[in-house]
Amino acid sequence: MPNTFTLIASSTVGAGGAASIDFTSIPSSYTDLVIKLSGRTTYASTVEATSLALNGSNTYATKYLQGDGGSAASGSQTILNLGLMTGANATGNTFGNSEFYIPNYTSSSAKAFSGEGVSENNATQAFAGLFAGSASLTAAITSITITPNAGGSFVQHSTAYLYGVRSS
Amino acid sequence: MPNPTRIEINCTTGVESIIELTDAEVAEMEAQAAIAEAKRAEDEAAKAAEEAAKASAQAKLAALGLTAEEIAALSK
Repeated sequence: MPNTFTLIASSTVGAGGAASIDFTSIPSSYTDLVIKLSGRTTYASTVEATSLALNGSNTYATKYLQGDGGSAASGSQTILNLGLMTGANATGNTFGNSEFYIPNYTSSSAKAFSGEGVSENNATQAFAGLFAGSASLTAAITSITITPNAGGSFVQHSTAYLYGVRSS
Repeated sequence: MPNPTRIEINCTTGVESIIELTDAEVAEMEAQAAIAEAKRAEDEAAKAAEEAAKASAQAKLAALGLTAEEIAALSK
């Protein structure tokens, strides 16, 4: 089990917004990576999925289980959606939260990921989701790009924190 | 009008940069948005079809003489 948790880098979106948040030149000195995201986007909905690109690619298999307080859905995707954010139609100044766990990110074997996320909305409908992904990526992960998946952009005050975890 | 920007953080140096998207990156973003919108529309249509089928089935059961409580019990 991991016994350290070190902040590698973080970013807070400024007034101009941002189409994506990219962590590059990620050091290989940790065992696992964790990303914590607080996000709201410009997408005209109450929720927007969060996509991760690893070393520039996000076309990996994902399974999800998601509910909105009224119904639940489960399915597969061919894009690495691992979290949720609040969209522009949700209650103002609310932000969704997501966490992504990327174990053994320097391994030369295929990699697996997990994520969880919630949108925030002080109304009837808000979303929560659990996600699992896998990638046939055999290179060490050196860059991670976090992108709103439906075409929105991060609004000001969205934040992303990248942590390194060591197992010893 | 300038293209949207992205934030890039070099984790080794700690330097954060604000970079304008290239036209190709904007096109890719728009393509992803189109795919996401198509998926959303597909999911909504499937959900609407399912709800319509459920309502139709409930109406047929009611026509057969089942009470609302009996129909609700069947769907549990």
